[in-house]
Amino acid sequence: MTVAYPFNEPGSLELHEAYYEAQKTPGMLRVRMPHGEPAWLATRYEDVRFVLGDRRFSRAMAATHDEPRMQAGRVDSGILLMDPPDHTRLRTLVAKAFTVRRVEELRPRAREIATDLVKDMVAAGPPVDLVDMFALSLPVAVICELLGVPVEDRPKFRVWSDNVLSTSRLTAEQFVASRNELRDYMHGLIEDHRAAPRDDLISALIEARDERDRLSELELVDLCNGILVAGHETTASQIPNFLVTLFEHPESMAKLRSDPSLIPGAVEELMRFVPLGVVGGFARYATEDVLVGDVLVREGEPVMVSVGAANRDAERFSAPTTLRVDEPPDQHMGFGHGVHHCLGAALARMELQEALRVLLTELPNLHMAGDIVWKTELLVRGPLRMPVGW
Amino acid sequence: MVTMTWQLKVDENFCGATGMCAALAPDLFELGARDAHAHPVKPEIDPDELALDAADQCPMQAITVLEDGKEIGPRP
Repeated sequence: MTVAYPFNEPGSLELHEAYYEAQKTPGMLRVRMPHGEPAWLATRYEDVRFVLGDRRFSRAMAATHDEPRMQAGRVDSGILLMDPPDHTRLRTLVAKAFTVRRVEELRPRAREIATDLVKDMVAAGPPVDLVDMFALSLPVAVICELLGVPVEDRPKFRVWSDNVLSTSRLTAEQFVASRNELRDYMHGLIEDHRAAPRDDLISALIEARDERDRLSELELVDLCNGILVAGHETTASQIPNFLVTLFEHPESMAKLRSDPSLIPGAVEELMRFVPLGVVGGFARYATEDVLVGDVLVREGEPVMVSVGAANRDAERFSAPTTLRVDEPPDQHMGFGHGVHHCLGAALARMELQEALRVLLTELPNLHMAGDIVWKTELLVRGPLRMPVGW
Repeated sequence: MVTMTWQLKVDENFCGATGMCAALAPDLFELGARDAHAHPVKPEIDPDELALDAADQCPMQAITVLEDGKEIGPRP
């Protein structure tokens, strides 16, 4: 039997009961998304980790198949549609900018940005929309400085970014038109950096292209756009998601307020606990017949994986539906697994830690001041607007 | 003729079992079951660019590649 997918309405952080049911049922589910061919859906930790970590599963093959997806249009290029060695070639070029060491050098600046944003919130007076005034502003400012994108272009690239991650709004033609506008925008920025190189990632990647011929012009454009989009929307969603979760767990909030040294561990536990994605991750295609658990996945069949479900697998985590901020989990998959493990994981961790640290220490009475409006048309869950007071 | 060998090391204090190395270079690195960290399949290998790629890409910077005791990866 093939079931309709995704299960969840995205207007919450709940993990649908169907995921827990699937974990208790042998084998994998057959699911059908609004567009594309039916797929297997892995929900157990072991199965998800296996599929993401085994090279017999390909992302590149999705380009020549009717990939399961939410909207008619589809992303048809970029690093998420590559396998090694092409994927390795591009990832090596950018990995250096996102190492733990490099990210630690950015921490003081991120803390300064976060502190200034809280000052702006206080100056504006409650209630303010935490999403607009803080959660988006922090990761946008950090990724813009790192990459070399003018932060004042935020209203422009926010529209394109939302369109890339949209689940319903656009026709296939509108999707392509929006993608092309984003490409044109980045192409212009690249030309600008070519004429006047500076100390940022766009300039470093231009050098890798022009002097070392390590990537094509389109790869350069798509890579920069991928980093810009992935570099802010996810973190911008998780900051309010983490706060919503902590408001629902006041004893956890109190622990973090009284001992901020728990925050790094709490970020790991919140990454495990909050199911960010509305759907399972991008489908992996079997390049040959592969056994996943006791299911034979035939060559050419797609498998989707639910990281959110895997992170709450009772076979892997004890009391998986309990939030324990003072007991960080061992090896959650909130940043994925395998060659496509989140490039910006260290950056996201650092920003989430600094965001919680500044919000909890500077605003000891931070609280909800109205109803949350949830995003309903994006691949990631999170508040669209979140009124807070303090 | 001098034959060079490379040595592979994974620092378990840094390794986060992201699976990057084992997925990229399954002949060189493997993950243990469940909680185990990544480790080299063999501690000494013939020179292989893929080992340097894995060291470069490890999100936790837990991999070191040495050539006759001298660190050559991750690359600067």
